[in-house]
Formats: sequence, structure tokens, C-alpha cells
Amino acid sequence: MPNLRAEDLRALLGRDLPGLLQEAYPLHLAPPPAHGHAPPPFTTADALVDADRIIEAALYLRDTLGYAFLSDICVVDYLADGVFELVYRFYHVEGGPSLALKARVPRESPQVPSLTPHWPGANFHEREAFDLYGITFVGHPFLRRIYMWDEFEGFPMRRDFPKQGDKYIGEEE
Amino acid sequence: MLKTEELQINIGPQHPSTHGVFRMLVTVDGETITDLKPVFGYLHRNHEQLAEMNTYQQNMPYTDRLDYFNAMANNHAYAIAVEKLVGIEVPERAEYIRVLMVELTRILNHAGALGFLINDMGAWQTQLAFGMREREKILDLFESASGARLMCNYFRFGGVARDLPADFMPRLKDLLLAMPGFVDEMERLLRENEILLQRSEGIGILPQELALAYSVTGPVLRGSGVAYDIRKAEPYSIYDRFDFDVPVGSVGDVYDRILVRIEEMRQSKRIIEQIIEQLPDAQGGYMNPKARQNVRPPVGDVYARVETPKGELGFYLVSDGSTKPYRYKVRAPSFINLTPLGDMCRGYKVADVVVILGSIDIVMGEVDR
Repeated sequence: MPNLRAEDLRALLGRDLPGLLQEAYPLHLAPPPAHGHAPPPFTTADALVDADRIIEAALYLRDTLGYAFLSDICVVDYLADGVFELVYRFYHVEGGPSLALKARVPRESPQVPSLTPHWPGANFHEREAFDLYGITFVGHPFLRRIYMWDEFEGFPMRRDFPKQGDKYIGEEE
Repeated sequence: MLKTEELQINIGPQHPSTHGVFRMLVTVDGETITDLKPVFGYLHRNHEQLAEMNTYQQNMPYTDRLDYFNAMANNHAYAIAVEKLVGIEVPERAEYIRVLMVELTRILNHAGALGFLINDMGAWQTQLAFGMREREKILDLFESASGARLMCNYFRFGGVARDLPADFMPRLKDLLLAMPGFVDEMERLLRENEILLQRSEGIGILPQELALAYSVTGPVLRGSGVAYDIRKAEPYSIYDRFDFDVPVGSVGDVYDRILVRIEEMRQSKRIIEQIIEQLPDAQGGYMNPKARQNVRPPVGDVYARVETPKGELGFYLVSDGSTKPYRYKVRAPSFINLTPLGDMCRGYKVADVVVILGSIDIVMGEVDR
């Protein structure tokens, strides 16, 4: 059963695809509190890759390492650092633990190449990320809202989306 | 030849075959489907954000409501994720109780799913009533253990909410004694049913390579001939102790998915029999006495997944060191299993859509989240 660890993946990526890996700087999960100690920043052990070259990295995982099964794409909003982090999770068909690729995009212009042309299974994951976080997947064949209705404005899972009030109520009065 | 014009029709959002509020935007050329786009979100409640506003402990009952057919399996995935994040040990006895509940869930899900599927084909009610009858017996067991039939909320971090009641094991043994008869009967009703054979053989074929590229999991993936079961591929809990097989299909049509589900019920029964044998010797209680429920995990992230009856259910959690998750993401199996629906239906007739959708076995509570 294949059992590559995150360190092994970083070493392999650094050897075979120079310039792809980025240094995973620590992320701040919350603004510093008024009193008491601030929580420690979050440093990931997974491979952080250049968002513009995510397809290259993913194809390397699939074609060279055999991790062909794209299980999940998840977005995390790190508001304090001004980035969205995308977490791509791959599995080997023979089994074993997952390998994760992470990519960071700035919150002002969140853009990343789409994996859907290579993995049709990425379709709904990317539409969900577009709908709830507003990330544009360049090259996606049908990038439309998936849960919210088409006329909805804003991206409800972003951390700065207002959690109270409803702009659709009381509009007519 | 007469020139025909393509027509767009809606199946759903309110349609008996969709088992929820789900719409399929179908383009047809005569009776033949040329394109199909699933449209959903009618049940969307932003479950993930609700969960981020709750503490870890408060989310356990919410996970019941994702796939409301298999509350126990959802509980299991969430409990494993939080336990991995915090580092909570689970006693052996609690692990056995958990696996027992999850395998019972698998049986009841497949009994129900097969019943609904053949109901959609036009074999009205008989088969469904058979499936529901078995499901009721298992739900009675759930009720005696957890207090609720559907929204069980039975799992806790570090174990389960309470120990099995005294009469649970005798009732379970009675249930298992009747089980082979039920499964054989169900299989005979399906395999010897001319309606089913005509409606399912060679329909909705999903080839092996496509199934992998589409990231489908569970019986849909195994029906396409990929022997991928998380219980074997990345054993969690105590699944490495049990002896069971992973059934696979050959063609990847609706019929294969039906057969895989029937065989999985038998394999779940095998696992439960091994649990009954091993449970009296299991160490520890039903709950780790040191485990706190109001957890405060260290800063970090975790992804944990289990094989639910519908496929891979995963939770990705990011902790910021507080009592609430910073990010809580659900990788829902029936949501992803819907991705290839358009490709599976293309070229078949309108009436086949209902059957193909039924063979994927979706629950809208999980798809829309």
C-alpha cells in the first residue's frame, strides 16, 4: 500500500518540479485579542504550491506518483492574512493515506486554474468554492452558482460576510 | 428523415423519483436524452457556516441531519475527525459498539435504497415495504440504544453516549437469524424480476476509468469494478480486525450497483457476527472516562473520512485553538456521486433517468447541506 508522507511529497516536488513549491509561511487564525495571549499561528506540513501551476502539480501526482483519485477541494478563508487557501486532497487507488496540495490566492483577486478539464470530478467542488467563496476557476466549463440562486450577491462563506440581518427582508417598504 | 427539434424539460424540483427537492434540466431529442444538468440547492442551509458558529460538541447532532438515512455513519466520521484533532483515545468496547451501529446502518440504507429503486421502476410498493420492514427492526434497535430512531446523536468524542441496554444483544441475534432469509428473498425478488432486468441491465453505464476521474465513491464506484472501500484501503476504527470481502461489479450499469448493494448487506452481516463474537472480550467501557466533550483542540487541521453506505464522507476541520472550529467542511458522498449523472444518462431514454438517479442513491440533506 503506497504511503507517501507530506515531507516525501515536498522533497519529490522540489526535485522534479523546481520553483513550484512555496514556503509555507504561518497563518494567523484570529486577530490578536484585547487581553490574554494570542493563539499561535498555524504552520502547515503539507506541500504549498504555486497557485498558477496547480494543474502541473496535480498532474504530477496523478501521472508520476499514481495518486489519481481527487477526493476533495476545500477552501479556507484566512482573513487576517488576506488569503484563501485551497486544499486539494488526492488518494491512491490501491489505498493508503491521502496527499494534500495547498495553494494560496489573494483575497482581492482569487483566481486559480481549473482542474475540471483533467478531473471531471472537480466540477462540483469548484462550483461550490465559486459559489460560497467567490474563487474564479479559469477554464471551468460551467462556472455557475451551485447552492445559492443566480441573482444572489456576495459569497456567504467568506468570514467577512455579515452573519446577521437580511437584505432581502424589508426591501419593499 | 423528419427533422426533429431538441426540447428542454424539467424533471423536478417536485417529482416523486427525486426523493427530495432536486431538479434535472434535461435536453431531449424525441425520447433520447442529449444533455442533463442537475440543479440543486433548494435545501441549502449553509450547514458549514452554522457549524463554524457552534462548538465542536454542538455539531454532533447537526451531522445527523446531513444524510438523515444514516445518522450513525455521519456521527462516526465527525467523531473520528475531532478525536484525531484533539488526540482522544477510544476504548475497545466503544469501537465495537460504533462499528456495530455503522454496519447496521449500512444494512438499513441498502434495504431502503433498493426498495426505493425498484419502486421507481414501477414495481409499486411491495419491494419497498419489504425493505422498510427490515429497516424498522434495525431502527427499533437504534431506539433502544440511543433513544431516537433516525436522529440518533449517539456518538461522543471518546466513545458513545451510553452503553448497550441489556436486551440489545438478544434482539440483535434474533434480527441476524432472520437476516439471510430477508436478503435472499430480496435478491430473488430483484434478480428474477423481469421488469428490473429490462430496466437495469446495460442502463446508465459508468466505465471504470470514468468512475475514477469523476471521483465517485461507494457502491457507484465499486459497481464500476473498482475494489475501493475505505474500510480496506485506509482502515479506520477497528476495521482491520474483521474479515469481509469488497463486492465489485463488472460493467458498471444499474444492475451491477444493485448487486453490489445486496452483497454489501451480506458482508455487513458477516462483520456484525464477528462483533458479537468479540464484543464480550473487549477492553474498556463504552466511553473514555477522561474524554471531555467541550473540547479545545490545538491549532491545526485534520481530514478524516469513513465509508458510509453512500461512499466517502470526510470532514476537514481547521482549529484555531478555541472551542469552535475555524473551518468545518463536509465532503458529502452523494453530492460528488451526482457529478457524472449527465454522462450516465446521455443517450438513454427519459424513463431511464429515474432509474439511474435511483441507483446513485442520493439524499438531498447531504447534497445541499
